This record gives sequence, C-alpha cells and structure tokens, in this order.
Amino acid sequence: MTLNALQCCVRITIMPVQCSNCAQRRAVLKRPKTAHSLCKDCFFWAFEEEIHQTIMSAGLFNRGETVAIGASGGKDSTVLAHVMKLLNERYGYGLNLLLLSVDEGITGYRDDSLETVKRNQQQYELPLKIVSYEELYGWTMDAIVKQVGLKNNCTFCGVFRRQALDRGAMMLKVDKICTGHNADDVAETVLMNVLRGDIARLRRCTSISTASEGEGAIPRCKPLKYAYEKEIVLYAYFKKLDYFSTECIYSPNAYRGHARAFLKDLESIRPSSIIDVIHSGETLSVKDGVKMPVQGTCSRCGYISSQALCKSCVLLEGLNRGLPKLGIGKHHRLHGKILSREPLTEQEEKKLKAVDF
Amino acid sequence: MCQVEEDYNGLECKQEKIPVPTLDRKCVKCKEGTAALIIRVSDAFCRSCFKEYFIHKFRAMLGKNRVIFPQEKVLLAVSGGAASCSMLSQVIEGLSRDAPKKLRFLPGIIYIDDGGACGRSQEERQRSVDQLKSIFTHTGFPYFIVPLEQVFVLPSSVLVPVTPDPDPSSPSYKHAVDQYIREHKLAEEDEPSAAARLRVEDSYPPEHKLALESLFSSLNTLTAKEDMLHTLRQHLILHVARENGFSKVMMGESCSRLAVKLLSNIALGRGAALASDTGFSDPRFGDVGIVRPMRDYSSKEIAAYCRMFDVPSVFIPGLETRTPDKASVQRLTEAFITNLQAEFPSTVSTIYRTSEKLHTVKPSESEHSEPASRCLLCVCALDTCVDKASAFHATLLSEQLSQIKLQDVSHDALRCAETQDASHDALRCTETQCCGTGGCSSNRVPAHQDLKTLLCYSCRLTIKDMGSVATLPAYITAEAERRRKRSLMKKEISEYLLEDAD
Ligand SMILES: [Zn+2]
Ligand SMILES: [Zn+2]
Ligand SMILES: [Zn+2]
Ligand SMILES: [Zn+2]
Ligand SMILES: [Zn+2]
Repeated sequence: MTLNALQCCVRITIMPVQCSNCAQRRAVLKRPKTAHSLCKDCFFWAFEEEIHQTIMSAGLFNRGETVAIGASGGKDSTVLAHVMKLLNERYGYGLNLLLLSVDEGITGYRDDSLETVKRNQQQYELPLKIVSYEELYGWTMDAIVKQVGLKNNCTFCGVFRRQALDRGAMMLKVDKICTGHNADDVAETVLMNVLRGDIARLRRCTSISTASEGEGAIPRCKPLKYAYEKEIVLYAYFKKLDYFSTECIYSPNAYRGHARAFLKDLESIRPSSIIDVIHSGETLSVKDGVKMPVQGTCSRCGYISSQALCKSCVLLEGLNRGLPKLGIGKHHRLHGKILSREPLTEQEEKKLKAVDF
Repeated sequence: MCQVEEDYNGLECKQEKIPVPTLDRKCVKCKEGTAALIIRVSDAFCRSCFKEYFIHKFRAMLGKNRVIFPQEKVLLAVSGGAASCSMLSQVIEGLSRDAPKKLRFLPGIIYIDDGGACGRSQEERQRSVDQLKSIFTHTGFPYFIVPLEQVFVLPSSVLVPVTPDPDPSSPSYKHAVDQYIREHKLAEEDEPSAAARLRVEDSYPPEHKLALESLFSSLNTLTAKEDMLHTLRQHLILHVARENGFSKVMMGESCSRLAVKLLSNIALGRGAALASDTGFSDPRFGDVGIVRPMRDYSSKEIAAYCRMFDVPSVFIPGLETRTPDKASVQRLTEAFITNLQAEFPSTVSTIYRTSEKLHTVKPSESEHSEPASRCLLCVCALDTCVDKASAFHATLLSEQLSQIKLQDVSHDALRCAETQDASHDALRCTETQCCGTGGCSSNRVPAHQDLKTLLCYSCRLTIKDMGSVATLPAYITAEAERRRKRSLMKKEISEYLLEDAD
C-alpha cells in the first residue's frame, strides 16, 4: 500500500476535530479500525497497547527468550521491529530481540531492502543477522534460475522462502520467530482457503502462533495479527519510520489476488470486515471426520513435512543431482531412493532432466 | 511480505475448462437422445434424461438425509424465484400418485411478502401476491401469504428455541416409516383438506406499515437491512410453522446461492454458525427443523429445468434489486462469486464442498434450555464467549482505547465483555454521560449497549448500523428486557447458587 491510500485516513478538514480519546489535542487522523478521530499520541498509544494486549493475552513469549524478528525491510516488519523493541522496554518483557533477514541472492532485488534493514538495525540498536540462500541451501536464487529456467523458479522461491526463516532461526538457535503478518494478511488467507476449499489450512491459518510440533521446528507468531494494514502504514508515516516500499517481484497466485481484491472491497463497504473475517475463521469448527494431513517432520532436515522428505529437501536434491524437475511434480515414490542415496534409473533421470525454457 | 510464501500449493489448483457444446452430441445417459444441455464438463443430457436426473436428485437428497418422516407436516418457503418454485414442482412431482418412491409428507406453502421493507407500492405487492396465489392454488396445498408487517404482532416466544421432546413419541426414522406403512394399509390416504381452516392474515393496519418503514430506514446500511430482513423472515416463518403444527421448513436455496451465503456469512462474522446456515439441516430452533433439499442443484440447472418444463415463477424485486455491486457485503459477494465462477468454473462447487466439511456446534444440554446462551436475533449459539486472545476482544479493546477513558477502564471492559456482565453497563451509565439517547434505566426501550450483550458477534454489527433500536418490533425488545432482568436476578442470587444451573 502506498501513501495515497492514507489520504482517506488523514483528515483534511478546515474545522479542527478534537481527539476522541484525550479530548484535549487536535485529532490528526481517523482510525481505519474504529472510525474514531485521534491525535497522534493517542493513536500511537492505542496502536502499541493493542499489540501489547495481543502479546499478553495469547501468551506469545516468555521471559528470557531469544526472539528473531523476521525483517524484510518492508512496512510490516519495520513497524513490528519498532514496536517489539518499544514494548520490550516499556513492559519489561525481558526478551533478547534480534533482526533476522534472508538474502535470496537475487542480483538487484534485495539490495535496497537489505540496506533498509541495516539502517533499522542502527536505529533500533538490535542485532541483525542476515542469512543467505547460499549459507542455507548452498544455492543462490540466481544460480537456481540458471539451472531451472525462469518458468519454474517460482516453485523454488516459494518453498525456499517458506523455510528460510526457520532454517536461519535454527542456525542461530533462537527460541521463537515473529513475523509481520497483519490482520489483512490473515483475513485474506481465510478467504483464499475458503475459495480453494482447503479446510486444513482454513482451520490453521487464524491461529496466532504455531507451537513447536516437530523437533527442530521453531514456534512462529504474529503479534500484528489484529493490526490493520492501513493503521500500520499510518503508524509508520507518523513515526517517520524508514521502510522499503516494494511490490514483490513474484506474482501472487491467482486466488490470493482475487481474495485480496475482494477483501479491499469488503473493507470499503464495512471497515470492520477484516476483523469480522478473522472472527469467522477463529470460531468456525470443522467436522471430526474430515481428514487432516498428518504433520510429521522431514527426515533429512527436521522441518515440518507431511512427506518423508520436505519439499525443499526434494528440490535441493534435484538441484544437486542436476535433475531440477524432481521437486516440481509429485515424485513421492522417489523419496525412498533419495533418502538411501540410491541412484535413479535411466528412465527416471530422463523424465526429470528435461526442462522447458 | 511476500505473498508467495505460504501458498505454493496454489500452483496445483485444478482449473476446469468450460465445455464447448457440439451440435450433434448424444446424451451421456441413454446414448440415444440428442443432448439438450450440458450440466457439467462431461454430462450432456437429453430432455427426458435431464428430467429424470433432476427428479432423482431431489429424492436422493431427502432419502440420504432421512429427516422427514411420513405424515410429517412440512412448510415450503417459496419466494417466487426459480429455485424455490422448482422445489415446489419437485414436491408436487414426488407426491403424485404414480411417482416411484412416493414422498409421504404433508406440504404447506409460505410466502413472506417483504415488499414493505423494499419500498414497493401496495399495487405492486398485490400484483405479485395474485400471481403467486394462482400458482399456489394450483398445487392444492394449503398456503400462507404473510406480509412482513406481521412481525409487529409476533409473540416473544418465537425467539426462544424449543427443545424437541426426546421421548418415545419421536421414534427413529425407520420406526416411523414402518408404522406409517402399517397404518397406511388400514386406512386409505386422506387428501389434505386443511386449506380451508388456515387462518391467513394477509392484511395489516397502516401503523404497522409505517413501523416497518421506520425500522428499515433506521438501518443505515444495505448490509444491515439485508441481514435484518433475513432474520425477520425467519422469525415469521418459524412462527407460522409452530402455530400450524409444521415441524419442518424447506428452503429452496441452491448450491450457487449457498456458496454466496457461505462466503458472505464469513465476511459478516458468522463463521460459528456457518454449518447450520449452509448445511442440509439447521436445528437451531429445536422443534422446527430447517432443511435445504435444493442444495445440490446449481442455479444453472434450476434455470434450465424451469425453462424446459415450464415451471412457473414470479420475479419479485427485493432489497438488492438494481443496486450496484458494492452496495452491500452480500451483494458484493454475489458479484464476486459470479465473476470468479466465470473464470474458474469450479469455484461454486469448491466453496460448496467446504460447507460439507463444517461442523454444527451443538449447544450443550443446559445451554439448550437457557435462551440467554442464544443470540436474541438469529438464535444461533452465542459466539462471544471466546478466548481473550481473539478478534472479538481485540475489537472491544480498540473501541476502548479510542474513546474517553473511565477509571481503570481497559481492565474493566475486558472483564465485562468476558462475562457478559450486565451490571457493568449499569455502572457505566452512572459514571459517564450515559447511554446516548435520553435517560437510561427510566426508559423501557433498551439502549444499544443493553441489547448488544444478548447478541452474537454478527448481529451486533447489524445493530451497530442502526440509528435507533427503538424501531425494533416489540417482541424483540420485550424479550431483550426479560433476558436482561433475568441475568441481573441471577447475578443477585449468584452467591447462593451451588452450580451454574438454571
Ligand atoms: Zn488524544
Ligand atoms: Zn516466485
Ligand atoms: Zn527437509
Ligand atoms: Zn438421454
Ligand atoms: Zn445473531
């Protein structure tokens, strides 16, 4: 979202409106979430206090834990880092916070956003750790594209990116990861899972944190789960936070795009829609008989996986064996062979080698 | 945040291709007749096979679910649209003497004339009613034509779910069928000649017309108007069913309609009641069950059937008619799904399958008997007693933090919301500038705040969009008052109660 979206939120009125919270100072904005007119200080207070309540009521952290903040340089993670640092000090959470960034190794793409993260590090005085794809997987995204061609690289970046934070966090031995997913992201995911009929994800997607299920899997949480995207932008704007505003270079999948557009329209009709959708997601209940995929762990890397090998290990195996198509289709049959490091048959190899550029 | 992150699975989504009909394609069923229409990707049917398929589906739906007993009185809710009119035609078909696997229930018809809420003139409404009357008379079934204005004479009891007798007089389905067959051999079937003794009040005094108009004009958004209309219709249908001994109500919602309803209910915060709002049967009222036998049909199939077999229907404009896409949440959802269906033809069926996997949360025994655990308006189980870490509490907190503070308010508000504490609201009245309009306790009309604690999450949103709750029909405000008093009373004696019993 860009600044022009702010125009509807920042009041441009001739008559000064009084803040509905302190009834003393002049209101400078109308909260997208509640439509109340607030002054700057009261807005900051409300925004921060709500995140504090989210953290406390959901019991997201324990004293003494090391928490990695997934930092992309974008608005969500910039605001998250700022607020986490602030609340940790204000309320004495006793957390060791650090910023964790992933460098995919795409020439020209991450450079600017990583610069932003580096500046954030200095401003917030938080330790920063950048883990590269090369460190994590032994391959940069550029090198992957070279081998698999542009057509299939989306499978790779999606899977690798999903795991990069976890793998980086495991490397750093942190206790928890928090990410900048906001209320809009969560609501959008609810809608998308309804459209795709993905009942398992529909049930999981509204939970604020994923507890550590498998060994080695690091619990993740979303402290901004109830924060509106528009309010995050307002907060960053009035706090003059430095963030890198970029559209992701990867096209989102079709259904997510539709779900996002639908949610924006809903919000324009009834601003509470975002929270209303999340409430629906939180309260709906799924029949007992409905099959849920069993969550196991990857026998090679320990990451959560419903198969013997997780998707990224299969992709990596494909890359390392020079068979890039291995992870793209469904080749579960071959997992046994990969695990026991057996060679594939000639026919199997032939199938997996062909890459259409 | 990168969107690709979570959804690589989306790449595996199947996308059905729209079928291209060829001129001399043969029917997939009999392999002889010329295909008259294509329902799904590979199903091209000739006229007579389509009819058979359509009729079979209706009986299969009822047969599979086995909730309607022989000789049970079933009220068919007909709106005049193609879906409910084709439902009516299926019932006629199924009851006809030579039908195989003849249906054995006793039907009646109800039409709610909501023209008063949609700004239609008396003449327009009468014209629609006349058209429907001729359709209904033709069926020979007893029928009720009820103007929405009748909500102003409803009793409060309509809002109280009635626990069906769990005694030997309601035996199993199989038992009921056996018994029916035995009795049936003795006495030849009586034609239902009840039509004459039905008390149909199709008139209303002018003050109710005005009251309905002011009720709907006090709702500030079309979203809230549609929601309120749906609720009031349900209450009227339920009341007529109870008064006349109907224990089932059939709704004609198609699969396409239910897909829209499912998604718009999610958007409206009705996730908790999704299963009963969109499933085959809805048990929320207890003694009167709602069933949806048309839920397997797409609107396309229904339209084709009505056209090919001359099923009469009546177009009656509603609240949404000729409104833009973004006029309301419900309207937007309908437009959204229609467009998406054009691009991905499996959209409706995918959403529909989602509804099959949902679970109806059955209220526990004690909750069943206590009306306070149900929403005053939609009668669903209250979904506001949730964990503190929830969207509901996050919203309350946001409201709280954006307004003038009371002493120690953020703390108190949370506790209050958690326990549905009515006395806190009273406290609030004495401390601040009071509940908006006029005095508080002296006024018999409940304030927004009082009403809110009795409502589910979504009905709260509807009431929030309302200028004055004083325009609500008396049966609602009276029941609200009764529940509020009862909860205050319970609070007073709470220290003497040994259990949280009623
Ligand atoms: Zn202020
Ligand atoms: Zn990609
Ligand atoms: Zn793995
Ligand atoms: Zn045929
Ligand atoms: Zn309700």
